[in-house]
Amino acid sequence: MTMAFDREYFHLGVLDLLSRRDTCVHRLDPRTKVIATLLFIVTVVSFPKYEIMGLLPFLLFPVLVFGLGDIPVWLILKKVLLVSPFAAFIGIFNPVFDTEPMVTVSGIAVSGGWISFLSVMLRFLLTMTSVLLLIATTSFPGICHALRRLGMPELFTSQLLFLYRYLFVLVEEGMRMVRARDMRSFRGKGQDVRVFVSLVGTLFLRTMERAERIYHAMLSRGFTGSMRFVRTVRFRATDLALLAAVAAVLYAFRVYDIVGAVGRQTERMF
Amino acid sequence: MSHHLVEFENVRFRYPDGTEALKGASFRITHGESVGIIGANGAGKSTLLMQMNGYMLPSAGTVTIGDLQLTKKTRPEIRKKVGVVFQNPDDQLFMPTVHDDVAFGPLNLGMHAEKVQERVLTALRTVGCLDLREKPPHRLSGGQKRAVSIATVIAMDPDILVMDEPSSNLDPKSRRYLMNLLKKFEHTKIVAAHDLDFILEVCRRCLVIHDGRIVADGPAGEILTDQSLLEENNLELPLSLQSRSVPESVVARFDRRQVPE
Ligand SMILES: Nc1ncnc2c1ncn2[C@@H]1O[C@H](COP(=O)(O)OP(=O)(O)OP(=O)(O)O)[C@@H](O)[C@H]1O
Ligand SMILES: [Mg+2]
Repeated sequence: MTMAFDREYFHLGVLDLLSRRDTCVHRLDPRTKVIATLLFIVTVVSFPKYEIMGLLPFLLFPVLVFGLGDIPVWLILKKVLLVSPFAAFIGIFNPVFDTEPMVTVSGIAVSGGWISFLSVMLRFLLTMTSVLLLIATTSFPGICHALRRLGMPELFTSQLLFLYRYLFVLVEEGMRMVRARDMRSFRGKGQDVRVFVSLVGTLFLRTMERAERIYHAMLSRGFTGSMRFVRTVRFRATDLALLAAVAAVLYAFRVYDIVGAVGRQTERMF
Repeated sequence: MSHHLVEFENVRFRYPDGTEALKGASFRITHGESVGIIGANGAGKSTLLMQMNGYMLPSAGTVTIGDLQLTKKTRPEIRKKVGVVFQNPDDQLFMPTVHDDVAFGPLNLGMHAEKVQERVLTALRTVGCLDLREKPPHRLSGGQKRAVSIATVIAMDPDILVMDEPSSNLDPKSRRYLMNLLKKFEHTKIVAAHDLDFILEVCRRCLVIHDGRIVADGPAGEILTDQSLLEENNLELPLSLQSRSVPESVVARFDRRQVPE
């Protein structure tokens, strides 16, 4: 039952499976990966509106993680494509409002709007891929623990963990109810708004009751208000070194015009 | 060994909507007993079990566990002694991974990380789910969820083990495995089930509950062979005690169909 939602919608579960592999990327302390990803995202987003060339070198990061972490590229890209309409929606008005020609590519004038649209999409690709890679190499619970240990309030991280645990259960329950309704309604009867509202109401009540039962299950096992975990991963010297290296490279990519430099270098060689 | 005692005295329970699910239940279970609780759907089995660790408090009457009477104040202490496996494992498993879930109870008891680790592995090995320990609960099958729920409770090493429908959703092999497991658990155990063969095998004593009242209490061997008592309570003989031969009436009907008209 649970799997149906998983399969049909986002295949989120696959990320779980990937996160149980054992590679040098997986073995890093989750905190290292969370911080590195955050740095990466902040750097990518901080570029000016019309930047494209400066963003290209950042593709190197996901490529490395795909390789070292043994993550199937197509699987992650499919998910990125699936949500890309959102990003397209954000950027799509740029070409409409910003029609000033900016550059000419082989004789055709390209407006600033199109450039910034492309830039939005590129940033989206980079950040989304890096987040999915973080989940695929760390697991969602791993990330929550990392956030907790980095000082995020426990209330917040516990909520995230419960969301992760019960999202599937909840959506499945909703889908089962809709299916039950559809099987017993004919020619549009029973499909109207009134029925839908009562369906949502029932789902809400069931959820409340479930929450109460879960809370009691927690109390039954001695819960006193704080979630405890046994964790074995340690923050080692490699983690520190890696973080330093990532920060340095990100800084270099941000400040120096890498593509231009490589271009000039190749020109000089030929 | 008074600390493993379970005593109900005239316990009544009314749900907030007015349904009176228990109408004066009294019994006494002593250390090391294995007790089955049987009854039709809605008879009040789950409600009865929920009183044992204070999930619900009786509206009237008293529940005593060991030398403590169940009240809001003694509830945390009682919960350390009584481990309950709920009817729906999705309510029982709330942590992101199986390992974290089984570790939840022992960690709350204030144990050391190493000791917790040991408890978790032992409990998972006992129920045969050691390989599932890194999985999130939503990727387990129904039977696996059930087995892991049992592990979460035995990891806390309770004096009294209470289970609601432990054999539902289990395939024959897992069911057999669970029966053997329970037979080895030497503390007090209380099991509510519709699977009467399961009760017959695991429990020495049996309570029959009907409409919120205990209507029979005796050795499982006697109660589960009393056909008229069982039928009065919407139950029937355990399958293992029913005759395997096909009843006359069915044979007759079948024969008639064979005859060309
Ligand atoms: N949350 C609730 N609110 C109101 N009434 C309830 C609630 N839960 C159960 N009841 C009622 O209490 C009575 C006993 O229910 P209980 O769940 O204890 O039965 P049960 O013997 O466990 O049945 P089953 O074999 O179906 O699990 C039933 O009449 C039921 O309708
Ligand atoms: Mg029940």
